[in-house]
Amino acid sequence: MCLAVPMQVIEINGSEDDFLSQPTALVESDGIKKEVRLDIVDRWPNLGDYVIIHAGFAIHTLDPQEAKTNLRLLQEMAAVTHGDGETA
Amino acid sequence: MKYLSEFRDSALTKPLVAELQRFPARPIRIMEICGTHTMAIFHHGLRSILPEGLQLISGPGCPVCVTAAGHIDAFVDIAQQDKVRVAIFGDLMRVPGSNGSLSQAAAHGAQVEMVYSPMDALELAEKHPGELIVFLSVGFETTTPGVAATILEANRRETSNFAVYSTHKVIPPPLELLLADPDLELNGLLCPGHVSTIIGAQAYQTVADKYQLPCVVAGFEPADILRALIMLLRQIHEERYEVENGYNRAVTWQGNQRACALVDKVFIPEDSPWRGMGILPGSGLAIRETYSQFDASKRLDITMQDIAEPKGCLCGEILCGKFAPPDCPLFAKACTPANPIGPCMVSSEGTCAAYFRYGEK
Amino acid sequence: MSEQYILLDHGSGGLASQQLISELFLKYLTSPLLASLEDSAVFTVSGNCLAMSTDSYVVDPLFFPGGDIGMLAVHGTINDLAMRGARPLYLSLAFILEEGLAINDLERVLQSIAKCSNEAGVPIVTGDTKVVPRGKADKIFINTSGIGLVPDERSISVSQARKGDKILLSGSMGDHGITIMTRRAGLSLEGELRSDTMALHGLVDHLCTTFPGAIHTLRDPTRGGVASTLCEIAEQAKAAITLDEESLPISASVRAGCEILGLDPLYLANEGKMLVICSPNQANDIVNAMQHHPQGHEAAIIGEIIDGPAGRVTLHTGLGGERLVTPLHGQPLPRIC
Repeated sequence: MCLAVPMQVIEINGSEDDFLSQPTALVESDGIKKEVRLDIVDRWPNLGDYVIIHAGFAIHTLDPQEAKTNLRLLQEMAAVTHGDGETA
Repeated sequence: MKYLSEFRDSALTKPLVAELQRFPARPIRIMEICGTHTMAIFHHGLRSILPEGLQLISGPGCPVCVTAAGHIDAFVDIAQQDKVRVAIFGDLMRVPGSNGSLSQAAAHGAQVEMVYSPMDALELAEKHPGELIVFLSVGFETTTPGVAATILEANRRETSNFAVYSTHKVIPPPLELLLADPDLELNGLLCPGHVSTIIGAQAYQTVADKYQLPCVVAGFEPADILRALIMLLRQIHEERYEVENGYNRAVTWQGNQRACALVDKVFIPEDSPWRGMGILPGSGLAIRETYSQFDASKRLDITMQDIAEPKGCLCGEILCGKFAPPDCPLFAKACTPANPIGPCMVSSEGTCAAYFRYGEK
Repeated sequence: MSEQYILLDHGSGGLASQQLISELFLKYLTSPLLASLEDSAVFTVSGNCLAMSTDSYVVDPLFFPGGDIGMLAVHGTINDLAMRGARPLYLSLAFILEEGLAINDLERVLQSIAKCSNEAGVPIVTGDTKVVPRGKADKIFINTSGIGLVPDERSISVSQARKGDKILLSGSMGDHGITIMTRRAGLSLEGELRSDTMALHGLVDHLCTTFPGAIHTLRDPTRGGVASTLCEIAEQAKAAITLDEESLPISASVRAGCEILGLDPLYLANEGKMLVICSPNQANDIVNAMQHHPQGHEAAIIGEIIDGPAGRVTLHTGLGGERLVTPLHGQPLPRIC
């Protein structure tokens, strides 16, 4: 019910504490740029962070460590069938 | 795209498919709640490689599909008003009500604009000061916070020609209703990824405990869905029933509390009609009195009529997982994407449209 | 017709357009040349085999990254002629202009038309201009018609496609469609999206000359995209088609744009690409020749014609699964769900 894509923050306008500002970020992926709102993001992103975008709003800032773990768990699960990995 | 393509890579997915297919054949019914999962599952041809006996049942998680016919009629009524321009997500364009669709209303002069974000609708209000811009708002937990933030922004800007017609819904009430139905005989729940980004994986703990049902939150890339299915099958075979998070790069246990707080600030729960399920208490979200100047239902005095579902259409039952699209007498005969009768055939993520488009019989 | 009124969907190049043509137009217009529904009509006049085609161009905005309405008007009709193997000879050019249009904009469009026609070597030899009151048209509508000469030995049409033939695509999918869609106010994306508008007659001539008899069918997948065009080909050729998802050429930025807006690149319009259906034993040489030609350097073999129900197109996914590819119904819509 909800398409959302990860894009990288390359510019931030406004700040977390300033409620009167319009918090936005310019995000990018594969040469495509889009301005998105940061009103509802769970963790204020830093430049270079990836955020998940839904309908023009960042809804989540990816923790690179979590993303790495996510991929590792998948790789381990995939490796099971080759008999060279541990069960995830 | 980073964080997307890695999870599509066939070097990763092929062994996962093999792992999935190693599970012994036995009848297992898993419901994917979310329409975006339904779409992704069809799009990647996942159904054609499932192990024998594993059945995926589509749930009530397509917001367009569960929107009651009366709400669709209200959308069209609003669009046809003088000096009103409606802004919609593209998903709504072709959904038929009893008086036709927004696409047909546009052919008769209604001003209908597709937008990517509710914020784009607010921008339209600045561009067309002589008109009232009404954002016809559908969506679940993922979409609602952005709409709440847009209403707050309109309030901050004191935009006088912007309003929202809210048909927002929350997913736990229909889920409870479905799971209470013993005929559904579910063995596991594939839980929505981005809804869970907002409400957290914890949201499924109650149903997991109450119905002793394995629940796994899943992302939308092929590897994510495969992993979640494998996690579900493991739980089922080991007779566990836990909430597991298979999408930990985007979903936390607690969810996005900032977004939830914003929703709570702007919206108040109300009883809402669901196609095929009737009125579910507390399942909808209305705009709070404080922001009533942005509430199109008050501003335009719209009352939703109780419109009967199209005759013979089984969308309601299909949304509850009771029937599959080919069980419907209208499916692929009277009802096709070119001439949809029910919403499940028109929404791109609707179960019937997916069955039709991707050739499931 | 199930609809009582014309919807935008009827101009989408998908099922709604096909329905309009087959249920209304062909009811009254009965020439067998028209009924074949090829990109252009091919007929013989005094021993010469000619191709004739016409196309109208409406696009908002008039100017977009990678091109403008004038370029589309020249390239589109040239390509429709080339899809029958014709060497385009002459074009006509007709304008419907909206009162209040800036002369500057018209001049820019004309400069572009002149440049494209010169580069293609296809002169504009007749024309017409009408002006309608403000609001009765959107800035500029253009119609171009063209005629071309089909060299004797060439017989290129959908009816030539046969089982076992390979299907090639001359380059990446969806560039034009997503570029135009993201120029709309509510759907804007910034970045490296450019229309692919391009004349393809040079590439066609090169292939037909180098591989005589091996090219069976050519189609340019404009509105409706690669998916809808292949569905039409499968229907008309009374065969089935299978595609390989991983071989479909697509640029990273188009893919990203599609992910963001919830679009499927298989259904997006192209204005400088063609599908080539050819003998399987020469397919590798042909794709190689295309890749060495400036108009086809991203060419790929994407599928083949197989035995099966007429009109059935299936796609083998990266996952090892299979799904059906159906024609677009109406215009492609962005989605958030």
